[in-house]
Amino acid sequence: MECNYELKDGCLRICVPKELDHHCAVGLRMEADLLIEAYQVRKLIFDFSETEFMDSSGIGVLIGRCKNMSYSGGEVTAENLSERVQKIFVVSGLHKIIKIETKEDN
Amino acid sequence: MENKMKVEFDSQSINEGFARVAVAAFVANLNPTMDELADIKTAVSEAVTNAIIHGYEDAAGTVELACVLTGQMVTITVTDHGKGIADIEQAKMPFYTSKPELERSGMGFAFMEAFMDEVCVDSVVGNGTCVKMEKRLGRRDES
Repeated sequence: MECNYELKDGCLRICVPKELDHHCAVGLRMEADLLIEAYQVRKLIFDFSETEFMDSSGIGVLIGRCKNMSYSGGEVTAENLSERVQKIFVVSGLHKIIKIETKEDN
Repeated sequence: MENKMKVEFDSQSINEGFARVAVAAFVANLNPTMDELADIKTAVSEAVTNAIIHGYEDAAGTVELACVLTGQMVTITVTDHGKGIADIEQAKMPFYTSKPELERSGMGFAFMEAFMDEVCVDSVVGNGTCVKMEKRLGRRDES
């Protein structure tokens, strides 16, 4: 699976792959959790710039990371959502749980 | 005029992407909008993922995917011969999941229902599950 991670000052940026489905979710979850624990990440950013497809398996991964981060008092945001990914966020109610930042905000 | 296709593939998660693309390519003949195509791909992904994770519980099996185009109507069926669903109403409930340990969101059926016009589930415990989904394309143009 192609997935890039950037770590800086306790902030982990996950470049979400082109298609986030169940197949891809399994690896993403494992890698993200390893990094979050190893580097005591305080801020987690899901960067969706490359993402064209996401289904409910992706929602599961995001909610799971949100829960884990809230236990440790961390923060989770999602950035650069395409229209499609935004729709998935709204249909699932994920936009109420995760802070969405648009490029203009940065 | 009717046009139909059917494919079978192994119940491996890597085939979820194939299933989405196969249906999208077939439906493309009807000139769907990008949104309609994305809706269909999402619904197919949900149904196929369910067959793999819940139907076969990651064991080896075969998933059947069929698509029928009748005019502007798209009918998709996803069939597995896995363990079946004991309580379909419960399975359809948003946020219900039989596998919370896998971090499933429990949104699979809710997504199918949100993105398709009609979703019908037929299941026999020990025999398998068939999910039939319908969507009429191009309604925006008609209105």
